[in-house]
Amino acid sequence: MPFNLLVLACLTYVAFLFAIAFAVERRAQAGAAGWLRSPWIYTLSLSIYCTAWTFYGAVGYAARSGLEFVTIYLGPTLMFIGWWWVLRKLVRIGRQQRVTSIADMISSRYGKSNLLGVIVTLICVVAATPYIALQLQSVTLSFGVFAAAGSYGWVMPDTASTGLWVASGLALFTILFGTRNLDANEQHTGIVIAIAVEAVVKLVALVAVGIFVVWFIADGPADIVTRINASPIADWELVPTRWAGLIALSATAVITLPRMFQVLVVENSDERNLATASWAFPLYLAAMSVFVVPIAVVGLQMLPAGANPDLFVLTVPLSVGQGGLAMLAFLGGFSSATSMVIVASIALATMVSNHIVMPVWLSLRPTREVTGDVRRLVLNARRFSIAGVLGLGYLYYSFSGGSASLASIGLISFVGVAQMMPAMLGGLFWRGATRVGAAAGLITGFVLWAYTLFLPSFGPDSVFSLSVLMDGPLGLSWLRPQALFGARGMDPLIHALFWSLVGNTTAFALGSLFSFPSPVERVQGLAFVNVFDTERSEPQAWDQGLIDTEELLKLAQRILGDEPALTFFQQATQEQGTDGYLPDPTPAFLEALERKLAGAVGAAAAHAMIAELAGRARVTVADLIRVADETAQIMENSSRLEHQRAELERTARQLREANEKLTQISIQKDAFLSQISHELRTPMTSIRAFSEILMEGDVPPEMAVTQARIIHEEAIRLTRLLDDLLDLSVLENGTVQLDLRLVSLTELIDRALRAAGQVRPDQTFVIWRDLPTEALFIRTDPDRLAQVFINLVSNARKYCDARQPEIRIAVKQRGARVIVDFIDNGSGIPKDKQHIIFEKFARLTDQTRAGGAGLGLAICREIMANLGGSITYLPAQGGAAFRVTLPLRLEKPKYSDAA
Amino acid sequence: MLIEDEPNIAEAIRFLLTRDGWQVTALADGGVAEQAVRQDRPDLVILDLMLPGRSGLEILMALRADPALSGLPVMMLTAKGQGRDREAAERAGADLFMAKPFANAEFVAAARSLVGL
Repeated sequence: MPFNLLVLACLTYVAFLFAIAFAVERRAQAGAAGWLRSPWIYTLSLSIYCTAWTFYGAVGYAARSGLEFVTIYLGPTLMFIGWWWVLRKLVRIGRQQRVTSIADMISSRYGKSNLLGVIVTLICVVAATPYIALQLQSVTLSFGVFAAAGSYGWVMPDTASTGLWVASGLALFTILFGTRNLDANEQHTGIVIAIAVEAVVKLVALVAVGIFVVWFIADGPADIVTRINASPIADWELVPTRWAGLIALSATAVITLPRMFQVLVVENSDERNLATASWAFPLYLAAMSVFVVPIAVVGLQMLPAGANPDLFVLTVPLSVGQGGLAMLAFLGGFSSATSMVIVASIALATMVSNHIVMPVWLSLRPTREVTGDVRRLVLNARRFSIAGVLGLGYLYYSFSGGSASLASIGLISFVGVAQMMPAMLGGLFWRGATRVGAAAGLITGFVLWAYTLFLPSFGPDSVFSLSVLMDGPLGLSWLRPQALFGARGMDPLIHALFWSLVGNTTAFALGSLFSFPSPVERVQGLAFVNVFDTERSEPQAWDQGLIDTEELLKLAQRILGDEPALTFFQQATQEQGTDGYLPDPTPAFLEALERKLAGAVGAAAAHAMIAELAGRARVTVADLIRVADETAQIMENSSRLEHQRAELERTARQLREANEKLTQISIQKDAFLSQISHELRTPMTSIRAFSEILMEGDVPPEMAVTQARIIHEEAIRLTRLLDDLLDLSVLENGTVQLDLRLVSLTELIDRALRAAGQVRPDQTFVIWRDLPTEALFIRTDPDRLAQVFINLVSNARKYCDARQPEIRIAVKQRGARVIVDFIDNGSGIPKDKQHIIFEKFARLTDQTRAGGAGLGLAICREIMANLGGSITYLPAQGGAAFRVTLPLRLEKPKYSDAA
Repeated sequence: MLIEDEPNIAEAIRFLLTRDGWQVTALADGGVAEQAVRQDRPDLVILDLMLPGRSGLEILMALRADPALSGLPVMMLTAKGQGRDREAAERAGADLFMAKPFANAEFVAAARSLVGL
């Protein structure tokens, strides 16, 4: 087949997957995606365990080492059937703690320690490198098979540059797929579906080749059995240590591989899906493995002796002229490789950005304040990480020469990720496990793995010289990488597995026994070990008094984005029974917020950020006792009592607020009369005094003119005050006549800016606008709306105290409503004043008497109510910020038709 | 000394008193008023009730707390004109309470009476 057709087929296939993922994400956003959460999709997504290694490598493995390949499937099968309860615990913890990756899980368990996060991330990246190289190698090899078979079309470039092209293509594809948006809880619905589709493709492809081999090349099962007996596979002997070691290894890998953890725990949408997966996933594995031996046997017999057994799945159909079947097999292998690379690099990129980039950024940042849009930083960090991870894979591929068999490369990775097992299992079941122990175990295991298996895998004389391999470093024979402490004659893989895990577990146990857990570790340890009993326990109670909700909102906006953060805070406020954007910092709210943030940046970073705002970086023993007390108390109460208490609290809060409001209104009524009196008497005083002076008639003419001018000015001020009061009373009674017309929002804003330009004309203001978003036609009363805009812009001009004042006008359309935000860069309105600014005569300072009587915002509020919209103060926007919301098309109210 | 933040009212009072032969120092900010009174030792202080910086009532209390200044005649001005304000001003030790708007002749007579002219 021509090489260019092959490339075209791959691109079409990828585009098809992308379309599926995209469509599914759209549907999921629309809320119509119940079936996406089905256990079948979950089970199929788990099949990324079967990578190109399984697809091509298993046949090669069988051809070289007989039935040993079965261990790779037996391990996960035993894990899913026998250790189902461990998986359930993992998934439950993952969901409860909003875990984003395996690094996050381990860091979270050991007191949200970022050091552990970094160690695990590094181990995962290093261990995944050979694995990704394996995928590159298999795709490149399979390209090679087809290119050799064809004689026209493009000529395939050499294998090194093909590998580079494959790596770049996969990186691009993964970035497009995985980092389009920052998901609140790191779930990627679209990708999961694409993986499920690929799972079906690879199963169908392998089974199709298998059926073809058994019934079309051979004469059915009986003939196959005869052929097996005649082949070298029959001579294979079981080596018990290697057999048991490999089963344990693959059982471990199925939960510690970053990509498996991603689909198993992070992408899990329903714990019950695990029940189905516990039998369906082993069945899938069985189906994937049933034809492996027949294909290997037939391949060994039919093809010449030098043929690469890793490629039998392709070369057997090709050798009998079945191009179509070979193409299907090729797509199956391509599916296996792409799905592994996508999920693995997304999982690794999440870890790198959450545990390395974010903490570095948090510590480099000069102030406590969170500035800039963190989401962009996080997404870019992930994009670079994806490229970096694939780049490392490519480097490994070109260094190791692409010559090793697929299975042996895969096993190196398996042993690497197995190093996470002691820390993870210990964390789940042993409360005494500590951060020090986990770190010691991980580092010991990692170093031993690198020394005994990973570095030697580059071959003699690349990292270790031949003499080091044969006689040990400096001639110390007991330090020989592949025969530590004189353990000669062991299989190198089992040797590495044995020493690294023994070292790892010993260091972990000793480290844990001889160190003392910090309070956070104890709380988290309790939450993990007793996850099924402590559903309600609060892992962390923050000291409410120290937290400024407005700061929290600022933080949340940087990480979640402006609108989602405002919505989240608004919902929380409503749940507490009040309104506005700033809820009380109750423990429940802070916990919800921490988890929400953890979904985006990881538990350790989220914890650190909130801890910083709470003015405290670690929990004291007193806090701990309080947490324990609270937990005990909550557990004592039945859930009904709990519910009632919440209800009472809500009612009490509402009553308190209503009472406060009534008291304030009564005070305001008095104040209103007094204010009106003051506002009327002040201009009257000047008028009366100067008119009496003028009446006496002995004033020099030029002075008389000045005095007459003052009288005139004050009379105008009086008139304006009366106009405002009348305006307000008309608006409040709802008897105002609206003149509804279709009008361009851009023109209205232009008009407001022009009119307000007269306020402090000497001051230059920078105005930020986004003209395309303003291009809206709205049906409203243009004069009234302009009045509101003029008022807001004038206020900004009057009160903005920044040295270089700026006003930003942002327009958004939300369905049938239009939102216009006016945001300046001054010091804003203090929190305790924010809810009185819309009251009459609520002038905040007496200093600035720029001619207003303090009725402007009260009038604005009434106008917006009449226009079917609202005006609110937006906290935490870095200055005074007002949000005007209005309907896109205001219909004439009925009573005004009658009037 | 006149402490009043409305420039037009301050202008009117300055004109009236200057014409009557007084020497008038006018201030618009309550924050610096006490200090200015201590320095200038005026014959009469005319104090507005609502002032930026520091309210007239507070300034009055501060002046009355100082024995050296306790005999200084103080006239309070207010635009609110409510009974409560008058009471508060008298309690704080104002010698006279004048509601805005006022008749010019009455104002000048009151000022004269306070300094014993």
